[in-house]
Amino acid sequence: MTVYSYDNSVDEIKPPATSVGVLGWMRSNLFSGWFNSVLTVLIVALLIKTVPPFVKWALIDSHWLPSGVGCGDGQGACWSVVTANLRFIIFGFYPHDLQWRPLLAMIILVVLLFYSQNRNHWRKALVWGWLVGLAVMGILLRGGLFGLPVVESSQWGGLPLTLLLSVFGLTAAYPVGVLLALGRQSEMLVVKSLSVVYIEMIRGVPLISLLFMSSVIFPLFLPEGVTVNKILRAQVAIILFTAAYIAEVVRGGLQAIPNGQYEAADSLGLNHVQIMRLIILPQALKIVIPPSVSILISAFKDTSLVVIIALYDLLKTTKSVLSDPKWMGFSAEAYIFLAVIYFLCCFFMSNYSRKLERELDTGL
Amino acid sequence: MVVAGEEKIPFFNDPAKRSLIYQFGVMVTVAFLGYYLMSNTLTNLERQSIATGFDFLEKESSFEIGESLIDYSAADNYFRALLVGVLNTLKVSFIGIVLTVLLGTIIGVARLSANWLVSRLAAIYIEVLQDIPVLLQLFFWYALFYEMLPAPRQALNPIAGMFICNRGLIFAVPADHPVWAWMGWTVLAVLVAVYVMRRWALRRLYKTGKPFPVFWSSIALMVSLPFIVWMLGGAPTKMDVPQLLGFNFQGGISLSPEFAALLLGLVLYTAAFVAEIVRAGIQSVNKGQTEAAKALGLRSGKVLSLVVIPQALRVIIPPLTSQMLNLTKNSSLAVAIGYPDFVSIANTTINQTGQAIEGVAMIMAVYLGLSLLTSALMNWYNKKIALVER
Repeated sequence: MTVYSYDNSVDEIKPPATSVGVLGWMRSNLFSGWFNSVLTVLIVALLIKTVPPFVKWALIDSHWLPSGVGCGDGQGACWSVVTANLRFIIFGFYPHDLQWRPLLAMIILVVLLFYSQNRNHWRKALVWGWLVGLAVMGILLRGGLFGLPVVESSQWGGLPLTLLLSVFGLTAAYPVGVLLALGRQSEMLVVKSLSVVYIEMIRGVPLISLLFMSSVIFPLFLPEGVTVNKILRAQVAIILFTAAYIAEVVRGGLQAIPNGQYEAADSLGLNHVQIMRLIILPQALKIVIPPSVSILISAFKDTSLVVIIALYDLLKTTKSVLSDPKWMGFSAEAYIFLAVIYFLCCFFMSNYSRKLERELDTGL
Repeated sequence: MVVAGEEKIPFFNDPAKRSLIYQFGVMVTVAFLGYYLMSNTLTNLERQSIATGFDFLEKESSFEIGESLIDYSAADNYFRALLVGVLNTLKVSFIGIVLTVLLGTIIGVARLSANWLVSRLAAIYIEVLQDIPVLLQLFFWYALFYEMLPAPRQALNPIAGMFICNRGLIFAVPADHPVWAWMGWTVLAVLVAVYVMRRWALRRLYKTGKPFPVFWSSIALMVSLPFIVWMLGGAPTKMDVPQLLGFNFQGGISLSPEFAALLLGLVLYTAAFVAEIVRAGIQSVNKGQTEAAKALGLRSGKVLSLVVIPQALRVIIPPLTSQMLNLTKNSSLAVAIGYPDFVSIANTTINQTGQAIEGVAMIMAVYLGLSLLTSALMNWYNKKIALVER
């Protein structure tokens, strides 16, 4: 009988050098087949052609000093247009020495957002925290209480206005949207048809038409002598618009609840309001959290449309800086700065929404 | 349930009656609100002496429009001006949708590419362009065209007969000749012929099992017939080349910077969303389907066209429809960069006549109409390709 034992003299056969390590990775991910190889070479050539000149323009040859020294030499980017006007771009016409108030409001908002990110913190107290937080933000912006001087809403602008319109818009639109979604599911013909007409009509028209409506028609709706300021009117338009989209998202959630839940609740003897409040909505709203974040993202992007009715949001303040003869011709730099702000906010939110989707997906 | 009559149910506990009462309440509230707003509006209109009704459509518009698909001058009435706006909206939406679907499909496929570099770049494109407001992108492209491009006198001339300057993209077109119209008709005739041929080929395939190369014969027809017509018509080669006269170009066809910026912004933005939809659609097709198709001996082109794409389309079409609608609705942002679309012209009309209610109502009606039309078309197509279950 032969005893087989491990023979140390035979080395382990290693995989070929071209299929492991960096080389292997490159072979399987960049040069698998002639088509991919050609594609890779072309793209690398394109990147070499575009990226270094852009970096040179944006960073190496650029000018940063608020005085704008050296701008207009045609060489590099002139970020001075941003650094010199940063406060105006961010805060608009808000009085200069009171700008700590919107800044503080934004910090509260960011802190609340970051705190709410963790699902362990989702308790009833958090909802109250949000309501209190929103109220404090409103007071900070408006003033008039606790000895803060009043700042008229016509002076609000920039990033706080953008955030205000989107965050308050979504908060106020949510209950309306839920009501509309319930209305659409209702068995009462009148309620159902009114909800359907409203939702489909709003979803069929562009936001601009609602903003026009808020700026030119809304004043006609009010009795003589009553005026509502421009920001509030735009806010109402955004709420009415967002509510229709929320209604559709919530409807998706409602439809995902199995019929057995309704029947079980019925057999427990709960009435319609109780069924909705205690059984259906808590489950349905949990399902629709990720798509709701997407709605927040689009609401945040859509607030930029208030430029068209001449509200001084982030985009409008930038545009008015660019119409200053001193800074004419540097639009690319200013717009890139804005794009970075918008991108960071939306990227944060969409990443969060994806993470939430994974966490909430219990595989049912 | 207790049968009515045995025991009297109080009317407020009878669900049917209660629902009637609720509905009546809602109706009264809505009607009252409507009446209140209406009466306020009428008083306000009277006080500000603003006319009502659509009589203004007949009046002379007395404003010029930069670009138009039909003949238009300031002496025409508002109706014609608004018609120009509708056509401009349709133009940018239609071209935009076609380009978006093309670009979005390419990027969506690139996102799934085995090539790491390609798929990374596609992912970056999708993430970045989705997260920047479309209005900001429009402003950016418009400013880029306006500031970076030279004046007409120093226009860039990348290829003969094409000029790029801050007045837009101007390029040469073949000079006017009846042959071009005939060729257009020929193309239409070939399209009809291809349709008929395809049906015939399918019927033959089902009956006899013999395939017919529909694709290549269509291409051959499409190329050869118009060419023959062109030769018969005397093979005109004269071109209408743009000439610099004074401050601007004359002749040729020009794409205004407003149109170009609007189209570019809308297409790049929406394509990012379409790419995600296409990616999800392709990924939704089970891998077993591809493997089974290969096991049946289908070539890889046939695997795609007969097995994967038809199944992916079912997932893709509904969200794609809503992206098309989004593009159409977003084309209303043209008003911000001065492209004369419907909203922009309706806005001018509102400012001139003061009849805001009619103006906004028309904007809403036109977009609602466009939305309904697009969804109807896409629903028809969706139904055609939907899974037929036994």
